[in-house]
Amino acid sequence: MGKIESALLNIGYLETLSYQQTPLHRLDPRAKLLTTLVFIVAVVSCGKYEITGLLPFIIYPVVLIAVGNLPPGYLARKILLAAPFAFFIGIFNPLLDRAVLVQLGPVGISGGWVSFASIMLRFVLTVSAALILIAGTGLNAVCLALEKMGAPRSFVMQVLFLYRYIFVLTDEALRLVRARALRSFQGRGMGFKVFSYMIGQLLLRTLDRAHRIHLAMLSRGFEGKIHLIRPLHLRSQDVAFFLGWSALFVLMRWYNIPLLLGNAAAGLIR
Amino acid sequence: MHMADALISPAVGGTLWAAAAGLTAFSARKLKKNLDEHKVPMMGVLGAFIFAAQMINFTIPATGSSGHLGGGMILAILLGPYAAFLVMASVLTIQALFFADGGLLALGCNIFNLGFFPCFIAYPLIYRKIVGARPTQGRILLGAMAAAILGLQLGALGVVLETWFAGVAELSLSTFLLLMLPIHLAIGIVEGLITAAVVSFVWKAHPAILTQAPHPPAVRVHSHKPLLLGLALFAVVAGGMLCWFASTHPDGLEWSLKGVTGREELAGPKEGVHGVMAWIQEKLAFLPDYDFRKPEEEKAGQKEESWPEVSPGKSLAGILGAAMTLLLAGVIGFGLRRYYSHGKG
Repeated sequence: MGKIESALLNIGYLETLSYQQTPLHRLDPRAKLLTTLVFIVAVVSCGKYEITGLLPFIIYPVVLIAVGNLPPGYLARKILLAAPFAFFIGIFNPLLDRAVLVQLGPVGISGGWVSFASIMLRFVLTVSAALILIAGTGLNAVCLALEKMGAPRSFVMQVLFLYRYIFVLTDEALRLVRARALRSFQGRGMGFKVFSYMIGQLLLRTLDRAHRIHLAMLSRGFEGKIHLIRPLHLRSQDVAFFLGWSALFVLMRWYNIPLLLGNAAAGLIR
Repeated sequence: MHMADALISPAVGGTLWAAAAGLTAFSARKLKKNLDEHKVPMMGVLGAFIFAAQMINFTIPATGSSGHLGGGMILAILLGPYAAFLVMASVLTIQALFFADGGLLALGCNIFNLGFFPCFIAYPLIYRKIVGARPTQGRILLGAMAAAILGLQLGALGVVLETWFAGVAELSLSTFLLLMLPIHLAIGIVEGLITAAVVSFVWKAHPAILTQAPHPPAVRVHSHKPLLLGLALFAVVAGGMLCWFASTHPDGLEWSLKGVTGREELAGPKEGVHGVMAWIQEKLAFLPDYDFRKPEEEKAGQKEESWPEVSPGKSLAGILGAAMTLLLAGVIGFGLRRYYSHGKG
């Protein structure tokens, strides 16, 4: 329950982050969505033992976080929260793959550790890109972009409705949990019976409210299309954003920049 | 059973993205033809319900592994295949975007594994055939059980095949299958029992829903009450039962991977093919079909710069360069933030 609670709370915060007015938030959602996809493909397409080649990609989340005025600490915590999955899969690489790949003075590092680090790095990059997309755009705008780019409207509406109801569900659930906590003096170990009553109650309330929301929407003239206040106009900076970043990703994918830098620096030192 | 970005290659991810997108468009068109207005909020609510149910993991006795509800079969039975597929796709999309469950590139795989198989294979070919037009308690139990098991087996097979085609993980196909299929048989049985319990409850409370599902109804459902009550009761039972079992154990997929990740040690780096051709091939291979078993050959094309080469000098240069890159990124980020906060103030 605690996990659900905190996870859903985080959704709310991500949504409020997307209400800001920054150069990042003002960009067309289509440009951001496409750029995110190019980024993820570029990162995932790297070889299994790639570490240095992946590092330059960090520039994308870093720049977007800075420009979009997003809280790095919060995003880092959110990434950590999702990390156990990738960590669990990756941690077996060092156990199974012990051939030494990198020699650092007296210390030999096995291929397993290298590929493990690569998996974790990839994980951090792809997850942060997805989170930044949501925090810098908002799900509504992402959905609008999806529809403009040809996704079926009923699918887009379904995502929007689902998203809306998740918030409703969270609020109700938190209220129930809080009420119970207040009346039980923070008693631990929620009873089996209490818990099931709470969930049942929650579902009843949610369905009820969903029905009311739908009626309210109908009476306000909802006829199957969701309108957003910001109309979409593809401007030159949106195109520049997409093309510029994509070109950089391709460049970083083809050339191992840290190695070139390091070689140059080592040469200078000598 | 969510596939992760880390496990797939761009080729596999892209192919299944295309497949999932096509199926979504197809379902949407089918649904549009005879969309019952009341179904839209219903779909949203059921999506949120499945979403919440999926967050609870249950332990499969005696394996130390755990799984969570796919939910695809319940949705298919309640909403019909097309609406159910859309709901599953939306649930998985939200999970990928907000919780990093799976990942954006792996989204196509997940929609295919957890949406397509239950909705378009197991439901019409198994459940409909067994339950038929006039459901009974026994038929529902049998049908839901068989369909849930088949759906999950196919989904697990999908995971194995996708992982295998991607070549990122060092698995032997047969071992991986031997681990995945029995686990998902167990998960399927539990899923089948739960599905059957929900469906028979809905059938008792509101039989019309079940008989209408395959061809989306033109009849409007004015009172949701009996159905709501049924779902609420299911939530009570499921919440109670599953929370007993809820565990922090790894789920089925993780458990299998742990057991199987290849034992073969990597061959030492070979001095591979040099020359222009290799260089061009390397540069052109933007989406390399990287085979886990021979990463050195691919890397060999990169000549001296290749990372997995045992050489203290190269390692030093790599670390130096990495540090410089990170420093540079940090400085750029810090500078940008300063610049923009000044601009605002």
